[in-house]
Amino acid sequence: MTDIFKGMKPTRRSFLRGAAAAGVGAAAGGGAARASGDPAFAELQPWMQELGDPVDAAPYGMPSEFEAHVQRKTVYWLTADPISSINFTPLHELDGIITPNGLCFERHHAGAAHVDPALHRLMINGLVDRELVFTMEDLLRFPRENHVYFLECAANSGMEWRGAQLNGCQFTHGMIHNVMYTGIPLRLLLAEAGVQTAGKWLLAEGADASGMTRSIPMEKALDDCLVAFKMNGEALRVEQGYPLRLVVPGWEGNMWVKWLRRLEVGDQPWHHREETSKYTDLLADGSARRFTWEMDAKSVITNPSPQAPLTHGPGPTVLTGLAWSGRGTIPRVDVTLDGGKNWHKARMSGPSLTKSLHRFYFEFDWNGQPLLLQSRAHDSTGYVQPTKDQLRAVRGTNSIYHNNGIQTWHVSKTGEAENVEIS
Amino acid sequence: MSRFPDAAAALLAAALIAPAAFADEPAQGRDGGFGLGREASPEEVALWDIDVRPDGKGLPEGSGSVEDGEEVWSYNCAHCHGDFAEGIDRWPVLAGGEGTLANDRPVKTIGSYWPYLSTVYDYVNRAMPFGYSQSLSPDDIYAITAYLLYSNYLVEDDFVLTHENFAEIEMPNAPNFFMDDRAETEVPQFSAEPCMSDCKDSVEITARAVVLDVTPEDGEAGGGID
Repeated sequence: MTDIFKGMKPTRRSFLRGAAAAGVGAAAGGGAARASGDPAFAELQPWMQELGDPVDAAPYGMPSEFEAHVQRKTVYWLTADPISSINFTPLHELDGIITPNGLCFERHHAGAAHVDPALHRLMINGLVDRELVFTMEDLLRFPRENHVYFLECAANSGMEWRGAQLNGCQFTHGMIHNVMYTGIPLRLLLAEAGVQTAGKWLLAEGADASGMTRSIPMEKALDDCLVAFKMNGEALRVEQGYPLRLVVPGWEGNMWVKWLRRLEVGDQPWHHREETSKYTDLLADGSARRFTWEMDAKSVITNPSPQAPLTHGPGPTVLTGLAWSGRGTIPRVDVTLDGGKNWHKARMSGPSLTKSLHRFYFEFDWNGQPLLLQSRAHDSTGYVQPTKDQLRAVRGTNSIYHNNGIQTWHVSKTGEAENVEIS
Repeated sequence: MSRFPDAAAALLAAALIAPAAFADEPAQGRDGGFGLGREASPEEVALWDIDVRPDGKGLPEGSGSVEDGEEVWSYNCAHCHGDFAEGIDRWPVLAGGEGTLANDRPVKTIGSYWPYLSTVYDYVNRAMPFGYSQSLSPDDIYAITAYLLYSNYLVEDDFVLTHENFAEIEMPNAPNFFMDDRAETEVPQFSAEPCMSDCKDSVEITARAVVLDVTPEDGEAGGGID
């Protein structure tokens, strides 16, 4: 536990605790010897005796100081600089299906823009009957809906195409988050402008210095897209596009344009940078898929995993993980402990919502022998998560994006877990 | 026996096995709209509508030569992308790579990979130079675009790019892109009921992350490999 306090100033309480251990404060506690080998009993803990924080200590609450290690992390060699870059959600530290706002992974192309909502506008232009401008105040007068959706970067697991590379599900699978959005159905905003018959495509544009743009087919825009201003009940975080972002359920995260400032209706796609140079999937023969929008079904065991080893020795243990699909729900996840010789149906727990993360558990008694752990998602369309080799047989190893292959963790006799691939 | 007609019994059964309720009543529109927002003025649309398409729609009037482009490039772009668009450190390589897309290590540049020239104009205009977006004039952007064509051996050194000849430029890799075909090429073969027991005789570890050892430790800066 001591390393958790490393770098922190000693608090009054830790000072008092030190003083008590040195015998200086022996008067406190009043007499009865505290006989136990367990330090939780042997000492009267300061929080049992002293007063806690007042209600005005944290007007916006933060996690316990004992959870300070639960952080988004970056992989510095991935990008040229930390501004047009990525960090990763610590999936191994989380449970349930909702990602806390402050732990949602970030991907920016020109840094996280701090947009003044009073100066933010949403414009709709192009092939519409009325070209319109909305203030944030205008937008809050439209009917709105609440939906939980996962957002996965198309490049999640992209470093693993050539083989096991990063040791930790945070790094292999952490470009994903799952929150409840409050937003306006995009179809209502488009109806307000009046989409003309020739309007088959929509260009969404962000207000940041990258001016992020993506072409979205009108069918999707009118289906389930949202223009969202809240996540998990509070305003979008700066790094998630405050004050307004597009929500494109089940489709690659790059399309969920942050700091959304403009929607243009057109009769053909724009073929901008993020849908030509990037976010196209190069195959082994040199040809490339474009407009690979949907996220295929995928899963990962979050515990145990390289950052979350088994520390307790043989006996009862809880294996858990996440599964998701851009095409629907996840009715079933299979888990193997022996590298795929035998599979077991995991127990699904919590809400099963379309295009949302699903939580699964598999409880078992560990015999202390090495394990080869995998999970395999089945989605509501009948699609079964493929192995990495099945994917490579179709795509080769240079497509970067959309790697939804089955992940393997090797757990040693000592409980340490490692990212491996198996035959 | 049942007191319920079959249909009612089926409904009841469905209700009993239905998942915990998540209210999902769609927000309703209004005939004629809500009358919210205001008309955008043509001037406002012109200020924000800067996007450019492959057919040239959205290009402003202007022109730029390879020769001018070299100068504009060296001042605004070469610091990250190199004098010849070869890329410095981990910043994008924009020239070269012809014929490498099927290689083990493909080099995806404007010349070797990008299907449309309009993407160059649009992107430079909206997002470059990195940290000083929307600061270049149309003529500067035409010149940079012309210089990038020259750097990729797609035009000669006396070439001048204008809004009039722009849409005539065809990029060599354009025919090699095709629409997502996963629904035909992957979904059927990945939709079979998988084996659940005695699926294989033996299992061997074929690759290990520790061999590469590129996982970041706290505070580690690391070096590029990609």
